[in-house]
Amino acid sequence: MEVKDANAAMLSNYEVYQLLTDLKEQRKDSGKNKHSAGQQNLNTIMYETLKYLSTTPCSRQNPETVKNFLTTMVPHKLTKAEKLQLLNHRPETAVEIQLMVEESEERLSEDQIEELIQKVTDVLPGDPEQEGSAPSNEAEMGEGIDQ
Amino acid sequence: MFVAVEMVDTVRIPPWNFQRQFNEAIAEELNKKLANKVVYQVGLCICLYDITKLEDSYIFPGDGASHTKVHFRYVVFHPFLDEILVGKIKYCSQEGVHVSLGFFDDIVIPPESLQQPAKFDEAEQVWVWEYETDEGAHDLYMDQGEEIRFRVTDEVFLDTSPTGPSAAATDTPAAPGAEDGGQKKEAPYTLLGTISEPGLGLLSWWNS
Repeated sequence: MEVKDANAAMLSNYEVYQLLTDLKEQRKDSGKNKHSAGQQNLNTIMYETLKYLSTTPCSRQNPETVKNFLTTMVPHKLTKAEKLQLLNHRPETAVEIQLMVEESEERLSEDQIEELIQKVTDVLPGDPEQEGSAPSNEAEMGEGIDQ
Repeated sequence: MFVAVEMVDTVRIPPWNFQRQFNEAIAEELNKKLANKVVYQVGLCICLYDITKLEDSYIFPGDGASHTKVHFRYVVFHPFLDEILVGKIKYCSQEGVHVSLGFFDDIVIPPESLQQPAKFDEAEQVWVWEYETDEGAHDLYMDQGEEIRFRVTDEVFLDTSPTGPSAAATDTPAAPGAEDGGQKKEAPYTLLGTISEPGLGLLSWWNS
């Protein structure tokens, strides 16, 4: 076996989540040989990875939201890795943004950080349990949650 | 967290699988070989992403199976340096805090990368952050099962391929098949993390 390119493309959590969910559907239909010894590894890793990813914001995303997110991020001039982390984690506080964006004190002013949080929480769907209020209030709740 | 890795391999399809859809048989063989396995210097393989190219299949004398060179992309867990991840605390030991992501367990946050000052509580086997405020010191415990946000600082790949006969000669001949109590099971892929920055550590520390 030969590895041609160990870093051909970065994948968002959403893409992997989608791939695994589709694979699970496919395997459910085929039925008979999922439980053979050779398939156990695939079953284990699929189950565990899906379990982990379903607790992250990516489980509530769809291709539309990802595309909208990337379009809204264009004016902020963030690197690919930074945008990927924002997409995977959906940060809601300034402290989280500072962790994910390198040298954020130099590159972003406080207002820009607020703007970034606002855009992230608007475009990417949040956890309905956590937000706990009527959909009409969602735009205001994004900024002022006291937990 | 995940990357697509381009690989090439020769896949052997035994004759009793010839009636299956070729691509499906290839995908199943590749997943059987790589899923949930660590490839040295690459990462933990999750599942097949897609097949990019199938070359001609050959049958060799003495073996009825077909051999095909396949170019494909595989989804691999390989966080980049300085990436932020969220996991659960598995347990604490003298070596640091052990974190798990469910599908990947070998993540360690060594004592020097914890929020300082930190001490190890021997009785409860748990690391504690002695957080100082004007009112006095608060002891923040890093309990098992708590969600923790950390930054990846380093990765260690170990080649766990079997060693040659010269190493085996030192093992006692009396227990060839039993578990070797002397040898520790080394993790092929370990991640080192840090939580010594504002925003890192238990999620509950920063949410209120």
